This record gives sequence, C-alpha cells and structure tokens, in this order.
Amino acid sequence: MTDGDLVIDVKGLTKSFGGKVAVDGLDMQVKGGEIYGFLGPNGSGKTTSIRMLCGLLTPDEGSGTCLGFDVVRQTAEIKRQVGYMTQGFSLYADLSIRENLDFIARMYGMDRRPERVDESLERLGLSKRQKQLAGELSGGWKQRLALAACMLHRPRLLLLDEPTAGVDPKARRDFWDEIHRLAAEGITVLVSTHYMDEAERCHSLAYIAYGKLLTRGTVKEVVEGSGIVTWAVEGGDLYALAARLRSLPGVEQVVPFGNVLHVSGSDAARLEAALAPFRAEPAYRWTTANPGLEDVFIQMMDRAKDSYS
Amino acid sequence: MSFPRFAWHRFWAMVVKEFIQMRRDRMTFAMMVAIPIIQLVLFGYAINSDPKHLPTAVLSADNSVFARSFVRALENSEYFHVVKQVANEHEAEELLAEGDVQFVVNIPQNFARDLMRGDNPAVLLQADATDPSATGNAIAALNALAVTALNRDLQGALAALQGKPAPFEVRIHRAYNPEGLTQYNIVPGLMGVILTMTMIMMTGLAMTRERERGTMENLLATPVRPFEVMAGKIVPYILVGYIQVTLILIAAWALFGVPMVGSVVLLYWVVLVFIAANLAVGITFSTVARNQMQAMQMTFFFFLPSMLLSGFMFPFRGMPEWAQAIGSALPLTHFLRMVRGILLKGNGVMETLPHLLPIGLFLLAVVAVGLKRYRKTLD
Ligand SMILES: Nc1ncnc2c1ncn2[C@@H]1O[C@H](COP(=O)(O)OP(=O)(O)OP(=O)(O)O)[C@@H](O)[C@H]1O
Ligand SMILES: [Mg+2]
Repeated sequence: MTDGDLVIDVKGLTKSFGGKVAVDGLDMQVKGGEIYGFLGPNGSGKTTSIRMLCGLLTPDEGSGTCLGFDVVRQTAEIKRQVGYMTQGFSLYADLSIRENLDFIARMYGMDRRPERVDESLERLGLSKRQKQLAGELSGGWKQRLALAACMLHRPRLLLLDEPTAGVDPKARRDFWDEIHRLAAEGITVLVSTHYMDEAERCHSLAYIAYGKLLTRGTVKEVVEGSGIVTWAVEGGDLYALAARLRSLPGVEQVVPFGNVLHVSGSDAARLEAALAPFRAEPAYRWTTANPGLEDVFIQMMDRAKDSYS
Repeated sequence: MSFPRFAWHRFWAMVVKEFIQMRRDRMTFAMMVAIPIIQLVLFGYAINSDPKHLPTAVLSADNSVFARSFVRALENSEYFHVVKQVANEHEAEELLAEGDVQFVVNIPQNFARDLMRGDNPAVLLQADATDPSATGNAIAALNALAVTALNRDLQGALAALQGKPAPFEVRIHRAYNPEGLTQYNIVPGLMGVILTMTMIMMTGLAMTRERERGTMENLLATPVRPFEVMAGKIVPYILVGYIQVTLILIAAWALFGVPMVGSVVLLYWVVLVFIAANLAVGITFSTVARNQMQAMQMTFFFFLPSMLLSGFMFPFRGMPEWAQAIGSALPLTHFLRMVRGILLKGNGVMETLPHLLPIGLFLLAVVAVGLKRYRKTLD
C-alpha cells in the first residue's frame, strides 16, 4: 500500500437501531499511513461507524471498501487485517494477561507465537504480571492490554475506539508516540477520542454529531473552516463578567480557562460590536486569540443540536 | 474471493480458551460433578426404600373364612394396610385413581367354593404402579404369602391343598405403569437425564455469557468462523460428559449392582454422539437466546419433554401416539433404549446402530439450525 491510496473509502453509510438513526450517510476517506481522528459527542455514532467499517454491523445503506475489501460482503477478509480495539473491555476477564494474548495469537494463526507474545508483554511492561487475570487489572492497564492485543497480529489498519480513556498522561504520551511510529511504518490508524490534545496529534480529523459528519480535514482546516472568532479576556471578576457576556447577541461561547476567559462567536462583526462596551472597561485586558479545536467542536455541536434535534 | 474455510488454529484457540475458563469456574465445575452424584444418591435412596403399610382397599364378593384369612394375612405381612372395604368396582377405581390407596384386592365371587374344589381361583391385585419402587416389594411379598396364608384354614380333608402350588392364584395388574420400571432401568435412564440437563445447560450459557460480558464484540472482530466457535465450545464439555458417565457407571455398579452385560467400550463410543447432540442443542439455544435467563428457560423447555416423553418417567408404549411421536424425535428416547440394551441385554454394535442413527441425525439437524442462527454481527 503506497502512501496516498485510500485505506478506508466509504460512502453514505447509514445505520438505524429500531427506527432511530445512529449514523446518517457517513462518507469517509482515510489515506494509507494516516492517523485519522474521529471526534464527536457521546452518542453521536462513532462506535457504530467503526463497527460498520470492520464488519461487526451491517450498514442499512451505503457502500465502500476497507483495505480494498467490500465492507458488506468481504467482512471475513477485513477482519483478518484489521486490529479493532473496542470501547469497552472485551477481552476475557477470567483469562490471564498472557492467555488472552495467546488466544488472539492463535486466532490469527501467528507463527512464533510464544516469542511474539513475549515481545508484546515486554513492550507493554507486563512481563512480570503476565499470569495475573485480565479482570483484576486497573482500568488504565486493561486499556493498555486491549491495545497490545489488537496490535498483536500486525494489522494494516487499526480501528481504535477511545483507546486512551482512563489512561494516565505518561502512558497516553507513550501510546501516541507508538501510534506515530506505526504510522511511519505505513500502518493506518483511525482513532476516536474525546481529548483535544489527541485530536491535535492526528493528521486528519472528522467530526460527527447526531450521526452526521459535520466537518473534516486537518486541524488547521477545521479551525479555519469554522469561521469562529475568539477573544481572550483577563483581569477583574471574570465570573461576574462571564454571566453578563453570555446573554449578549453574537456571543456563542464563554469558557473560562484558569485566569482567562474565552469568548467566541461565528459572526466576527456582531461579536465585536457586542463586546465593544466591555472592552472600554479598564479592569479587563482583551486580546484576540486563536480558537481552539474545543471551541470549534462545541460550536458545531450547538449548531447541530439546533438543526437536527 | 476466497471462501474462508475451517481452520484448526482458530478452533484450537477456542478449545484452549474454553478449557481455561471451565477450569477457573470452580463453582460450575463442581456442580457438574456434584449433580450426578446427588441425583444418584437421591434416586438410589428412593429405589432402595422398602415402603410398608401401604393403603389398601378390599373389594370382596365372597365373605368366607378363607377370604377373611387372606385379608388378615395381608395385614400381617406389614406391607398392606387395609383402610377400606369397598362395595363395587367403581368405588375401587376411584380410590386408586386419586391415590387414596396403593392397592385394591379383588376377591372374586365363589372364592371359597372354587378353592375347596381345588379350582385354583384367582385373586386380582390392582396396583398403582406409577412409582414402581413403592409397590415392588409389596407385590413380591404377596406372591410368597399366597402359598401359606390359608394353611391354618386348610385342615382335615382340605389339607391336601396346602403348600405348593398355592391353592389360589394372585393376578397382578399394574395400573399406569405396565412395564414396571426397576432400578436397573432407572440408573441407565438417569445417565441420559443427567447428561441432557447438565450438557444443555453448560453450553446454553456459552454464547449468552460472551454476549453479556461484552467479549462477543472482540470474538466477532476476529476472523473466527461460526462452526469453529461451536465446535470449540463443545469439545471441552465432552470431557465433562465423560466424567459424569464414568461417575454414574461406577455408582450404578457399586451402589445398585446394575449388571453390565454388554461392552462398556461400545457404551463409551455411543455416549459421544449423545453428549455432542445435547451440547449442540445448548449452543443452538444460546445463539437464539438474548440473555442467560432465556437460555436457562429454553433448557427447561427442552428438558421437560425429554424427561417425560422419552420413556424415562412413563413407559413409552403406554403413551398416546402423539406423545410417542414427539418422544421419537428426542435423543434421550433413543439413548435410553441404547444404554439399556447395551448394559442389560448385552446388545452389540448391530443392535445399537438403529438407536444411534436417530441421535446422529438429530445432532446434524441441530448443528445446522445453530449455524444458521449464529449471528456473525452485532446487529
Ligand atoms: N446496539 C444498539 N442498539 C440500539 N441502539 C444503539 C446500539 N448501538 C448504538 N446505539 C445508539 O446509536 C447511537 C450512536 O451510538 P454510538 O455508540 O455509536 O455513539 P458514540 O459516538 O460511540 O458515543 P460515545 O462517545 O459515548 O462512545 C446512540 O444513540 C446509541 O444509543
Ligand atoms: Mg463509542
């Protein structure tokens, strides 16, 4: 697979559960060797989309390919070359760490199984605890084991559903370093996350809400495409100020970040007009700021709520 | 597009996993060993019991000395306790049907006259034989009693009628259970019943457990094929089935002296098909059931007719035709005939095959349904 080929290429994927649409006409193109971030609020359809990509759910509508195989008809081929890490812990709690990895290794018919499992345990830092039952691990360690398990068979595509939920910062950084190393080797990674710092480490992003894809592109493209303008304000009684700002026309978000308040809106002129009287107050220092991804996503979520729910 | 075929490594991955899980689940494993032992002891106790003072009604059409002596002899035997003298057939039947009495003794008209003439009159004993272990000893005692009961009355010219053969005949009519099951029948039957229940239950929980614990998602994400999952989940429990069979056979021989006329090796071979059939039923149930509770309910839904219509509880030939038809489709029915045939009659391969065949067909059909119902996605 050369860089630039599409590893995931699906159009119009749709899935409903009992009449309720969970994913609505999802188009997604992911290039080989890319780290693709998949973001969206709770219940927006990320897990459902990922499951359709790896053949765990049959789409009601839509079509496409994953690793060149048809997502509806060739799920067996897809499963062999995809590593899927589920959102919830889905390894066997009553099997030890090593037994779980052995199970996966046997499933994929790997040669040199004991060595591969040893290597994996080593990299995970769990060699000494390999006999411990997986169910006895702490939440973060369970996550790390699951991640090791889904990478064990050297898949060409990794589908990771919130792989770092509950993982400490150091392990999270190690994990992302590992992801970048894999991507450099040509492995493609689709990762869903709720963390903005992780989103910023992705090559491309897609944002989904209410089952609909709202935006996609690089971090820069997403932020610029949103048209959001953000002002940062410092000094004075920020809490009182926030309360006054929230009701103004043109102000869509007022978010405190420590001693700084971020005030955003999508209509620059209206926002500026609304803020003008406050900018005259000497107690506060106003500066323009770069809107963060979080501002952009919250903005999009609010807007989506108005149009879809 | 290459058709994904059965792969030994995936099957083996399932087998190893299931074995480890079975070993870790101490409670379930202990139960699988304890159930046969407990059941055998319970049934064995019932079989060994020697109930006495069974309620008896007397329908006497002859008020002679001989008739009264006979009734007194019944009571003296301690097995019979005459609770009622009844006037007619109808009343007697009602008592028997309602279970108020276990026996009705029918002394015919002209009993005394025929006896004295040496015509060997017949006394009819109607027994409620639904529970044969309850009536067996009493009936045996009655036959012995007939020889001596009237010795005191048969003096002088009648002395010639004493002793063997008995001066009158006792005809026994086993109501409700003409085959009169014995412990020899029950122990092999119990093997089938225990296997049916535990095997279906074990695998019945197999898929639902994966679904409820969330491990199904990971399993489905691997390239494993439905048949590999089913076979991989069945194999470890075959071993459990064999442990149960061995325990039951040892108990049957040691506790109840059940004869083993036929080949135990043959028995072990044919048991394999029966165990596999039941395990497949369990797996199929669990592919249909949404949760463990439903799987349990389905197990009982299958278990009850197996127990009732297979000939374990009631003699097969005594059942109405529709019930026999259902019974014929159940593996337990054929298993009972097969095991009784091998253990008690010493049947060989040729006599056993006709019973094995329906079980094999049943197994194939159930596996086919299971594979069809197996959900390869989370939909
Ligand atoms: N098996 C199912 N049966 C019924 N509804 C479902 C099922 N799976 C998902 N849904 C519904 O589909 C919608 C999308 O769910 P999904 O799990 O894909 O969201 P998500 O983006 O992964 O959320 P989160 O960030 O909380 O993980 C939700 O409304 C959810 O209730
Ligand atoms: Mg999710």
